[in-house]
Amino acid sequence: MSDHDHPIDAREAARLLPTSRFKGPIPWVIAILMALVVIAAAGGLALGNLADTARADLSNAVTVQIIEANPQTRAERAQAAAAALASQPLVVSLRIVPEEELIGLLEPWLGTGVGGEDVPIPALIDVELSRRATASEIAGLQTALDRAVPGTKIDAQSTWLRPVYDALAALQWLALALIALVAIATAGAVWLAARSAFANHRETVQIIHLLGGTDNQITRIFQRSVTIEASLGALVGAAVGVAVVWLLGFQFAALGSGMIGGASLTASDWVIVAAIPLAGVLLALLTARITISLALRAML
Amino acid sequence: MTERASEIVKFDNVGVRYGADQEVLSDLSFTLYPGSFYFLTGASGAGKTTLLKLLYLAQRPSRGGIRMFGRDMITLPRADLPDFRRRLGVVFQDFRLIEHISAFDNVALPLRLAGVEEPRVLKAVHDMLDWVNLADRAQALPATLSGGEQQRVAIARAVIARPQLLLADEPTGNVDPEMALKLLRLFEALNARVGTTVVVATHDVQLIQQMPDPLIMRLHKGRLADPTRALRYPPARTRSPQPGRDPFSAEGAGGNGGQA
Repeated sequence: MSDHDHPIDAREAARLLPTSRFKGPIPWVIAILMALVVIAAAGGLALGNLADTARADLSNAVTVQIIEANPQTRAERAQAAAAALASQPLVVSLRIVPEEELIGLLEPWLGTGVGGEDVPIPALIDVELSRRATASEIAGLQTALDRAVPGTKIDAQSTWLRPVYDALAALQWLALALIALVAIATAGAVWLAARSAFANHRETVQIIHLLGGTDNQITRIFQRSVTIEASLGALVGAAVGVAVVWLLGFQFAALGSGMIGGASLTASDWVIVAAIPLAGVLLALLTARITISLALRAML
Repeated sequence: MTERASEIVKFDNVGVRYGADQEVLSDLSFTLYPGSFYFLTGASGAGKTTLLKLLYLAQRPSRGGIRMFGRDMITLPRADLPDFRRRLGVVFQDFRLIEHISAFDNVALPLRLAGVEEPRVLKAVHDMLDWVNLADRAQALPATLSGGEQQRVAIARAVIARPQLLLADEPTGNVDPEMALKLLRLFEALNARVGTTVVVATHDVQLIQQMPDPLIMRLHKGRLADPTRALRYPPARTRSPQPGRDPFSAEGAGGNGGQA
């Protein structure tokens, strides 16, 4: 700030450039855009949490399948496979899934009363690993199993979940793209509003210039007006967005699904959501400053 | 910044042309001296308002050189203009008051833009409005004031910061002869007590005759005549103020412009 660049008192600035508050379109436009950003950001964060939870639950596990028609042989082979797996350093724990449990899982498709003798059901061993195994480590486990019990099959759950993770990642990118588009739209709306305000108050600007007002003083007067309108819009938009997110979260939580439950927002996520209106106001402020500065440069 | 005390404004072969039209001002070469009082006359369309625009830095010439306060205005960076504009007081023909702020705030604006402390602003504005008989209309919006009242607000705004150069475009056009004389006395007091150089553009012959030995710059079809040789020979620096109270006789707000 130069020595002739005294800041204009807030009351004086308010008198020189009265703000329209909610009478003009800008607070409403910003409110709608902010609500969209809050919903998109909360959705993206929730999807991220969902993917993290799914990975934590499933990526450290593999399932071993033993296909054998004879129930007696199947049970013996399952015991042998469990013994071979237990000696592997990567394996933390394992459980041979009881046949009754498997029959219960198949009941929706095969109906009740279907026993192991009617339909040969493979034996399953749930194996928990100390960490997410690489492809070569899975191959190592398979080799160890083949030596003990030929014909077993390891099914890494992270493999069949990969398309789900990819879909979640795509949705997160979509949310990010939506936020970027809305930010551009917000900047565009503020640019138009600032130009319109400048055109409406051109006579006032010229008088202030001729009385010795600097570009900085004039820009600050406009910035103050834009800040008030953008803040009002951002607050209303954020409130609406948070209300929608809360309602959606409430409805998803009511589904009671374990996977969907992982899509809830953490405290740090809420901090990010709360920062969105602040970022919106800063974006509006910066856009207004650049717009007014460029318009002033075109004047003597 | 180097200031030459011998001149406050120096025009050198200045011309102004709009587009491809004929020049509205041609070959203007003159010097205005500190503490002098000039009348600028000429028929409508002679170029008075354009000349004043050049002087109050709202326009650059198409050709020629302009020095003001010792600086070349043609090459002056845009960012330095406010500093020079604060040395000027301007009474616009159409007043150019800001419509949505009160008469008081309009008059206070030059001081507030210059960063004068609010208590000093309040006192100076009250004194000035009192002097132009508008104390009871201080909070009125310009649209609710008569033409004469608006003109007095415009004059109060122009002189409140005690400028080094006062430019007035038909400043008495909307007031009665008594108020016109009073405003002329205000300009004289500013000229005499603060040392402000005054240029009054007017058609009012009676007003000019109120001044003993007036210095007249006459514009005719964009060219300058010098009937009183005001521009050729340095005039007396200041006139003696008429006796009586005026806003500049006591310590006032003092802008950043006055030389005295």
